[in-house]
Amino acid sequence: MHARTLISHSLALGIAAAPAAAETLDLGIVIPRMTVAEYHRPYVAVWLEQPSAAPRALSVWYDGAKKDNEGAKWLADVRQFWRAAGRSLRFPADGISGATRAPGEQKLSFATGRGPLPTLAPGNYTLLVEAAREVGGREVVRLPFAWPPKPGAVVKAAGTSELGTVSLSFRK
Amino acid sequence: MINRLALLAAGTLLFAAVPAAAHRQWMLPSATVLSGDDVWVTVDAAISNDLFYFDHQPMRVAGIKAIAPDGSDAAIANASTGRYRSTFDVHLTQKGTYKIENASSFVMGSYMLNGEEKRLPRGTTSATLAAALPAGATNVRTSEAANRNEIFVTVGAPTQAVFKPSGKGIELVPVTHPNDLVAGEAATFQFLLDGAPAAGLGVTVIPGGGRYRAALGQMDLKTDAQGKVVITWPAAGMYWLNASVGGRPEGGPMGAAGPNGPQPGAAAAAGGPAPRRASYVTTLEVLAP
Repeated sequence: MHARTLISHSLALGIAAAPAAAETLDLGIVIPRMTVAEYHRPYVAVWLEQPSAAPRALSVWYDGAKKDNEGAKWLADVRQFWRAAGRSLRFPADGISGATRAPGEQKLSFATGRGPLPTLAPGNYTLLVEAAREVGGREVVRLPFAWPPKPGAVVKAAGTSELGTVSLSFRK
Repeated sequence: MINRLALLAAGTLLFAAVPAAAHRQWMLPSATVLSGDDVWVTVDAAISNDLFYFDHQPMRVAGIKAIAPDGSDAAIANASTGRYRSTFDVHLTQKGTYKIENASSFVMGSYMLNGEEKRLPRGTTSATLAAALPAGATNVRTSEAANRNEIFVTVGAPTQAVFKPSGKGIELVPVTHPNDLVAGEAATFQFLLDGAPAAGLGVTVIPGGGRYRAALGQMDLKTDAQGKVVITWPAAGMYWLNASVGGRPEGGPMGAAGPNGPQPGAAAAAGGPAPRRASYVTTLEVLAP
């Protein structure tokens, strides 16, 4: 009896509380195809906001290929990201920044406790995705989620101009 | 007499940091929130009726200086003065908040010499006052005016060093950093007069782009006992902020202080010195959320 209780307790822990093994957040971001006279791939930033903690930059796509890092000049145009998490970083930012991506669905994965994503304490979080396009517009979508997530939970949102469907799912 | 002096001073010092009549002086930066490694800002500086249009006079560049986040002077580059505006650039080589300012102070006044009333020469400052007074001058009446027009631009994260007060004239101390303003959010600024909290100071805020609106959109605010004022930004855009005490006002028909504020000449008529005169102007950028 005593042993059985112990086993079920540890099973419950494995599901509800964050275990030692990392959990993974999978993020899909649809960048809309546009028929405009002048198209530039958007700068896209992904960051995590949590109550009573500083926002954390998870991923930034910008034009880092220009000489002297000139592409960083336009990072401040990703306004909400810049204010929340960008302006205290130096670019290129190790493990965070990368090249801009083409229209279509782009995928990102973040493991808790690795790279830019910390181990998450139970609570409510918001993942934000912001896109800003040269000679185009700017849009932010918000994906609120509770941690730990229910198995199989998917959080979805969609932009109306600069972002298509953005979906967040969770796996062990 | 002081009244006439004030009028003369306001007229002749148009090109310095002194506001005149309804004209508003301003500096307009190309951006206030910047990113990148090789960053420049370009600034228009002018005196005009409408904000921010070039329709009256350029601001002279000679009195303008830039202060880097570490407190050192930054160069004013590519300065040019045209018919209606001046422009100049500042190379922002450090991360943090820069201040670009046009500040001046001068002493106005009169004295009696051999039974005749004489005026202090134009451009007298507190440092040159003693030299400006001839031997035998009596009944000296002076009034000091301090004017400050400054803007802030930030590369990367905002910093505080350039807000260290000098204790002279009206100065802004951020509670909310002036390069962290977003439409719909409330910002709090504290104002000091000669280093002490400026309680009851009239603060006028006017959004730019008035040419395309019917209403001026002016907000008339007053600082509390700590010299603090709270401004909730109705929309994104560039805003002109003015605060002044005494002297010839800039904020409206009776100035930011209103009809009950200190009027030039009032104290002189009563035989005392003219009231303290100080003005403060800044341009603030409010971003879309």
